[in-house]
Amino acid sequence: MAIITWREALNQAMAEEMERDENVFIMGEEVGVYQGAYKVTAGLLQRFGEKRVIDTPIVEASFTGIGIGAAMVGLRPIVEMMTFNFSILAMDQIFNNAAKMRYMSGGQFKVPMVIRGPNGAAHGLAATHSQSFESFYSHVPGLYVIAPSTPADAKGLLKSAIRDDNPVIFLESEVMYGQKGEVPEEEYTIPIGVSDVKREGKDVTVVTWSKMYYIVQKAADELKEEDIDVEIIDPRTIRPLDDSKIIESVKKTNRLVVVEEGWPFASVSSEIITRVHQKAFDYLDAPIERVNQADVPMPYAANLEKASLPNVERVKKAIKKVLYIEE
Amino acid sequence: MAKSAAPKKKQSKANKTFDKAIKKTLTNQKAPLEGLDLSEEKLIQIYRQMLLIRRFEEKAAQMYGMEKIMGFCHLYNGQEAVAVGANAAMHETDYMLTAYRDHGHALVKGITANEVMAELFGKVTGCSRGKGGSMHLFDAEKRMMGGHAIVGGHIPLAAGFAFGSKYKAEQDVTVCFFGEAAANQGVFHETLNMAALWKLPVVYICENNRYGMGTAFERAFAVWDIYERASAYNMPRDVVDGMDVLDMYRKTKEAVDRARYEHIPTFLEARTYRFRGHSMSDPIHGHYRTKEEVEEMKAKDPIINFGELLKKENIFSEEQMKEMDDEIKKIVNESIEFAEKSEEPPLEDLYTDVIVE
Repeated sequence: MAIITWREALNQAMAEEMERDENVFIMGEEVGVYQGAYKVTAGLLQRFGEKRVIDTPIVEASFTGIGIGAAMVGLRPIVEMMTFNFSILAMDQIFNNAAKMRYMSGGQFKVPMVIRGPNGAAHGLAATHSQSFESFYSHVPGLYVIAPSTPADAKGLLKSAIRDDNPVIFLESEVMYGQKGEVPEEEYTIPIGVSDVKREGKDVTVVTWSKMYYIVQKAADELKEEDIDVEIIDPRTIRPLDDSKIIESVKKTNRLVVVEEGWPFASVSSEIITRVHQKAFDYLDAPIERVNQADVPMPYAANLEKASLPNVERVKKAIKKVLYIEE
Repeated sequence: MAKSAAPKKKQSKANKTFDKAIKKTLTNQKAPLEGLDLSEEKLIQIYRQMLLIRRFEEKAAQMYGMEKIMGFCHLYNGQEAVAVGANAAMHETDYMLTAYRDHGHALVKGITANEVMAELFGKVTGCSRGKGGSMHLFDAEKRMMGGHAIVGGHIPLAAGFAFGSKYKAEQDVTVCFFGEAAANQGVFHETLNMAALWKLPVVYICENNRYGMGTAFERAFAVWDIYERASAYNMPRDVVDGMDVLDMYRKTKEAVDRARYEHIPTFLEARTYRFRGHSMSDPIHGHYRTKEEVEEMKAKDPIINFGELLKKENIFSEEQMKEMDDEIKKIVNESIEFAEKSEEPPLEDLYTDVIVE
């Protein structure tokens, strides 16, 4: 195992897939000469040339649409959103052209492409630059949505996403790019739509993904000292959602907390909670809790931003609540 | 306050602008066929394709009235010369895509009347297996890349197809049609800029039929010569008489060749007119245009005028035309029968082709 950062894991995944298939190319803002706004594409221009590493003007809707068109005629584009906040401008293209093309053509076309970039809040970027998009995109039939937590998952899932014949939304995070983790040295992929037990425990199930995983791990470490044993399930892929391990875990612990960076209303946590109600209602010993971003636009002030986002304390409190532990 | 004239005066000035640019570039009226590389056989085929579209649309209107066709249904009557003239300049392997007024394009690109009518009827034998409907006609094999129903939303897709052709070093050209209203959408400008910047083999044909639904172009465009917008992207551009199939052919041929052999995109503004309402739920003239204007434009009927030319040039006789018309009517009637008799999609199709398994 090598210890590398999230950023390096993504870079390796793209480079390996570009090496493997010459129909894979990357386009987006600052992916080439600048080496990536967050340096995720560093070195790719030098290695693969201008034909395959393409700097675009700042036109999210249209370069996404060009990617979709290229995918429809046999290429495998990786479209980088400098951040997913800008993908709002491309939603017509993603919803109508990427997600629905296969269905409305009666199965004649496929759109094998990856749209990737950082998702959610970083620090101090305020309302327009701090949104989580997994619930928006996972709402749409025809899209896959992937939001991994560790560098190893990120690499293996990005490689699968590039090889997949469907349009994939691949969500990363500015604050995770420097996060290190063990990554296999040999070639590997991780299948889309398979969740992972990230920590085994017997008292309570916490479902979380992407960078919230690190908060939950910290909360679980701290609770260990209070003899509370937390099981963490990371779906890794939001759509299709593999709920098998979630249900299995809830049947064991009888308690569930869902921790999601984004807003609570009509969210991924809503979907997970619905499924647990449908499939494991009789096993629950407490009402389900969830921890989300406050239901407000992201404020700028550091103290308000901190209060808005899920944190270790809020997670611990939710876990104790489902365990009926008074503080 | 120079531009505060009453709407009526503005409209007539706009109409003058509309006609003026075309007159400058019109087919040589004295010898319209001179210098054209079109065989008599091809000329007759062009006439036939336009007539097929007209007869198909007339029947579609009737079927809509009988509630055999649901949803929105936008007819191409009056604009036939645009798709047919442009298609005559394309190779079979070239990509074509358009907006939601797409029956004519689908037919001229080679989808059969049966498959188009069955799609309108929502039958499994339709070109999109009954899942697309009037506004989403596709045939991957024939390279009919849709039928797209969000105004301007397909303009970047066209650049994507052209990008793909260039990336794979294939010589196919993409021809993308859209109504003039789409030229006000952001993606139009964004994509034309990139098509020019990246030298993509694509031809954009704006079908200016004067009205974006019920909004006259002079009420929506600050500059009335829409083709001039391409100058902002240093892109070759031209205005075409969209009621003249030969002018459409000639200008598209130049553009398609330039795209194929030099990787230079072109923007064409075809000035045309729709004889029907915006969609089937819309009256022919309504509040936004006069009956007189519609009648006046019908004198420029692209099919009648081209037919007259073929007669005058002794290429096709009145009698042959009648025979062809009967044959086409039969094809269209058979398409109704085919669509009627076809099965609806099986219920399990509801869940198929959402994703590639």
